Amino acid sequence: MTDVKTKPAKGARLSDALTDDTLLQWLRSMQLIREFETRTMQAYQQAKIGGFCHIYSGQEACAVGTIGSVNHDDPVITAYRDHGHALARGMSAKACMAEMFGKQAGCAKGKGGSMHMFDRPNHLYGGHGIVGAQTPLGAGLAFGARYAWEVLGVGEKKVSLCYLGDGALDQGALHEAQNLASLFGLPVIYVVENNGYSMGTAIGRHTANHERLTSRAAGYGIKGIEIDGFDVLNVYDEFKPLVDECRDLQRPGFVDLKTYRYQGHSMSDPQKYRTKDEVEQWKERDSIAALLSYVMSERGAIDEDGWKSMQQEIKEEVLEAVDFAENAEAPDPATELYSDVLIKPMEGMSPSGAYLHGERNPLI
Amino acid sequence: MLTMTSPVPPGGQLVDHPALPGGYAEPDWSKPLPSREGDRVIQFREALREAISEEMRRDERVFLLGEEVAEYNGAYKVSQGMLDEFGPKRIIDSPISENGFAGLGAAAAMYGLRPIIEFMSWSFSLVAADQIMNNVPKMLYMSGGQWGCPIVFRGNDGAGGQLGSTHSWTVEGLYANVPGVKIAIPSCPYDAKGLLKTAILDPDPVFFLESERMLGDKAHVPEEEYYIPFGQAARLREGDACTLVSFGRPVNFCLEAADALAGEGIDVDVLDMRTIRPLDMNSVIESIKRTNRVVVVDQCWPFGSVASEVVTQIIERGFDWLDHPPVRVNTEDVPTPYAKQLEAAYLPSTERIIAAVRGAVG
Ligand SMILES: Cc1ncc(C[n+]2csc(CCOP(=O)(O)OP(=O)(O)O)c2C)c(N)n1
Ligand SMILES: [Mg+2]
Repeated sequence: MTDVKTKPAKGARLSDALTDDTLLQWLRSMQLIREFETRTMQAYQQAKIGGFCHIYSGQEACAVGTIGSVNHDDPVITAYRDHGHALARGMSAKACMAEMFGKQAGCAKGKGGSMHMFDRPNHLYGGHGIVGAQTPLGAGLAFGARYAWEVLGVGEKKVSLCYLGDGALDQGALHEAQNLASLFGLPVIYVVENNGYSMGTAIGRHTANHERLTSRAAGYGIKGIEIDGFDVLNVYDEFKPLVDECRDLQRPGFVDLKTYRYQGHSMSDPQKYRTKDEVEQWKERDSIAALLSYVMSERGAIDEDGWKSMQQEIKEEVLEAVDFAENAEAPDPATELYSDVLIKPMEGMSPSGAYLHGERNPLI
Repeated sequence: MLTMTSPVPPGGQLVDHPALPGGYAEPDWSKPLPSREGDRVIQFREALREAISEEMRRDERVFLLGEEVAEYNGAYKVSQGMLDEFGPKRIIDSPISENGFAGLGAAAAMYGLRPIIEFMSWSFSLVAADQIMNNVPKMLYMSGGQWGCPIVFRGNDGAGGQLGSTHSWTVEGLYANVPGVKIAIPSCPYDAKGLLKTAILDPDPVFFLESERMLGDKAHVPEEEYYIPFGQAARLREGDACTLVSFGRPVNFCLEAADALAGEGIDVDVLDMRTIRPLDMNSVIESIKRTNRVVVVDQCWPFGSVASEVVTQIIERGFDWLDHPPVRVNTEDVPTPYAKQLEAAYLPSTERIIAAVRGAVG
């Protein structure tokens, strides 16, 4: 939830008007993601989490600042590096961790895993594992929202947020999606979390003309802006006006949101393609430290003790989540393997078994 | 997300599901289907149009999107006149971006709409493979039951006539391999209307396979609304000599073959499966218990085809009833050729079906 005290004075930053409470919530949310990912890595190393697992640490200001700029019922969709978006959207650490542990209490009942976090009550339409696959879906969410408002007369103007990595810039799906979005007037904002690498390939080696990504958006008649994604206040200052504009005009937008990931691409990345120095240099600009210093020194909204107890609280919350995930029930193959394949199962659908209605998803 | 209650056809009912907050409509299945005989003769394409228009009139969430569907009146004139009735917000011309608009439709369905996405040809759906095979059928499962995709993809399937190999795909073999979709494939105008209306109401993704070669076929189609249940084969000829199983356009060749064979004293059962998923194997097995012989006719390539699946299930469930190994008539296992004679030799034909039945009963 984002609260604004008053309209900012002329020349002031938009974020000046954010309440202390909002900033503290953001700080909390960013720290929660950081702590959550630390424990995720631990659990992965203990082989409690399987499959591909992509850590969000370093990019916290991106998810928190952009999600902080939209309404709760604006649809959000992202790629597979999705734990941060899920938590920033309001998914409980328990549901998120239990999903990775492959448990029935996970947000997808253990059927999705790290790369596929879905949260209906929080309007998160998934983490998506295929690079670029979510970009036509992002346009479709905007289409649905606009159709509801314009044709059915239900609800208000919305904006959909569609996150992608810089690697997804190279996918044809994004081209089709942007063309459709501009042509049909779809309020979707493509947020490129540009962390400089597509796996081990630096951006200059994987996408052409990478210094001017916004010029691509311009080619579709889509407004594109560059944002420094390391400063959450700056993200809000720059991103919020774009959201307002896209909502108001029912137009798409594009953001080259510059960021950096602290960890390897996935849990199995020896990181031969970058130096330790490079990583350390980015860490000096850490987004959590920057926000903390602002709320502490400039706002006086928190002191050292307050910060310590916030960290402690978060630590406990995440440990509880790990504990919860560990002790939660695994899905029962007898009821869950064949459930959620069809909304309306029918005889004769499959030669190997009968589809069922499984247990109700814990989130809905 | 949209949580509008689904409009229900007369006599039907609303069914709740947590992934579809507005529920979904079930037609009144107890109502008997109208007669297949009558004198209201219209084209296959008009039957399709009638199905879509009737559902669009009842449910404002339903829209039609595809290449040339609006101002051009449909590349094959299925949607002729619909732009005038429903306007450009619901009959939507799309650029040639199958992957893009298939994905757009998928998410619109997740959001709460009921999209009908037209592929000019199912051959072109291959560039949308990621959306229609990776996203649409798996959304409900991947999200642990939070979001389904109530969407219909439809268009021409099968060799259109000398279009060469890129444009002559029969996709049922390929797509039937993927769990999470329902696949309907009508063989005549009557079924086209009734099955498409069922497809639009169905809360799961439905791939609806039409045929360019049949769009001009004319037959009686009742004016009233009716829904043909999925998973129920139609027995179109009755006989004890052999069972002919087919779906889609080749059903018509089976009927020709059955009529010719009847002249030789060989009476065959002809089963039109109408849907591939679900697949009405009960009717197939019931028939085989009488005929003890079966020929499966399928316009897909033979390797890992729907025919392979039908034959496998016959062996699993009806082996003891067979007096002859199951026979299948597929397209020949080569890319679709252009030359008329080659294409004719490639496709399942009445002659090949007759020969197969003679072999099985002989
Ligand atoms: C279509 C496809 N090709 C390849 C992969 C394997 N893959 C997963 S992530 C990735 C790199 C993508 O990097 P980027 O989009 O920049 O996102 P980031 O990991 O930096 O968040 C690759 C190649 C995939 N998941 N999907
Ligand atoms: Mg990247």
